[in-house]
Amino acid sequence: MATKKGKQTIVFAVKPVIIGYSTVAGPKEGQGPVGPYFDKIYPDLAMGQKSFEKAERQMMLNAIDTALEKASLSRSNIDYFVAGDLLNQIISSGFSALELGAPFLGIYGACSSFCEGLIFAGVLVDSGAAQAVITATSSHNNTAERQYRYPIEYGAQLPPWSQHTVTGAAATAVAVRGLGPRLELATVGKVMDLGIKDPLNMGAAMAPAAADTIFTHMEDTGRNPGDYDLIVTGDLGKIGREIVVELAQRQGFDLSGNYRDCGELIYSKEQLENAGGSGCACSALVTLGMLFNQNYKRILVVATGALHSPTSYQQGENIPAIAHAISIEF
Amino acid sequence: MGSYLTAFLVGGAICLVAQLLFDLTPLTPAHVLVIFVVAGGVLGGLGLYDPLIKFAGAGATLPISSFGNALVKGAMAEAARSGPIGILTGTFELTSSGITASIIFGFFFALLFNPKG
Repeated sequence: MATKKGKQTIVFAVKPVIIGYSTVAGPKEGQGPVGPYFDKIYPDLAMGQKSFEKAERQMMLNAIDTALEKASLSRSNIDYFVAGDLLNQIISSGFSALELGAPFLGIYGACSSFCEGLIFAGVLVDSGAAQAVITATSSHNNTAERQYRYPIEYGAQLPPWSQHTVTGAAATAVAVRGLGPRLELATVGKVMDLGIKDPLNMGAAMAPAAADTIFTHMEDTGRNPGDYDLIVTGDLGKIGREIVVELAQRQGFDLSGNYRDCGELIYSKEQLENAGGSGCACSALVTLGMLFNQNYKRILVVATGALHSPTSYQQGENIPAIAHAISIEF
Repeated sequence: MGSYLTAFLVGGAICLVAQLLFDLTPLTPAHVLVIFVVAGGVLGGLGLYDPLIKFAGAGATLPISSFGNALVKGAMAEAARSGPIGILTGTFELTSSGITASIIFGFFFALLFNPKG
C-alpha cells in the first residue's frame, strides 16, 4: 500500500510497472529528434478523419491499442482507463473510453495530465484495486490552437515566447508486476499563480509551479537533483526552463547540469517554433519515446499544466499552473 | 514612380505602427484591428484621412483604417443630405459593396463547402 512522505509525496510500495507504452505523433513531431522512437507517425494532421477532433481521438485509440499489444493485454483486460486531454470536457478521452468500453476515470490537469494519469494508475495498482490500468493523453495542434488561441485560418502572428502545441498521443499500461520501468515516487503539485495573463506565455506561467514541485519533492524525499540521471519538465520551453534554473539557484539547488525540458527536446533547432513545444503529448512523447530508451537508472518527470480556460483569460484572470512529479526507475 | 514610393512609405508606416502594437503591448489582433478602424474614423471625421489618400493612394486605402474613414464619410455625407438620421442610414453607404460581397460570398461558399470552424 502506498504511503505519504513529507508534505505532498506518495511512496509506492509495490513500485507499479509500466509493462507497455506507446507513442504516436503528427508529421512535424515525426521529423524531429524524437521521431525515430515513435510507434507511429501520421503523414498529415487530418489523419484520414473528418475533423481534427476525430483525428486526435484516432491517435489516442491507436496509442492505447499499441500499448495494450506491447503489454500482451486486450481491451477486455483493462480494469480502469485513466485519461485526460486539452479539449473542452476532455472529449478525446471520453470518446476514446466509449470506444474502449472500459471503466473510465477522466482527469484534467491540462499538459500535466501525463503525470497525473500515472499517479492515479500507480495508486490504483498499488492499493490492489486494479491489476492493469491504462493511462492515455493526447493533444493536437489544430484542435488546441482554435480552442485556446485563434481560429487556425486566422493566421494570427505569434510572439517569440509562444509555444507550438504538439500533435500526438501516448498511452501506458500500468500493472503490479512485470517487466518495465517502475513508478517509485510521486509528488502531487499545488496550483500556483504568479500573475501571468498572456495565454501565449505559458512557459513563464508554469515555471514557478514546476520549480515548487521540484523543491517539494527534494524536501519530502531528502534527495538532491544529483540523485537523478535526468530531471525533465513537461512543456516550459526555453524561457520557462531558464526561469526554473534561476528559481532553483535561489533555493540552493543546482539544476544546470541534468535538467532539460521536453518542450525544447521535441523539436530540432531548425524546427523550433519560438520557445518550443507544449501540450499534453509533449512530456508524454519525449518521456515514453526518447527518455525510456536511454540508459538511465532513475529520472524525475515533472509534467506542467496551465489551468486557464479561454473564458477565464478573456475575463482578465491570471493563468494558474500546476506540476506533478514522478520518479521512474529502470 | 513617386506615387509608388509614397504609397509604399505611408502604407508601410501604418503597418509598422500595427506591428509595434503587437510586439510591445499585450493587445490581441482584434484589439489592433478595432484601434485602426476607430483611428481611421476619427481622422476621417477631422478631414485628415482624405488628404492622406490623395498623397499616398493605395498606401492609405488598403489598410483597415481606410474602412473607418469610409464609415464616417458615408455617415457625414448622408447626415448633410437628410439630417441626423443620415448618421444611421449613411454609415454603410460607401462600404456596403464590400460588406455585402463578404456576406453573399460567405453564404454561397458555406452552401458549397461544409464550414468546420
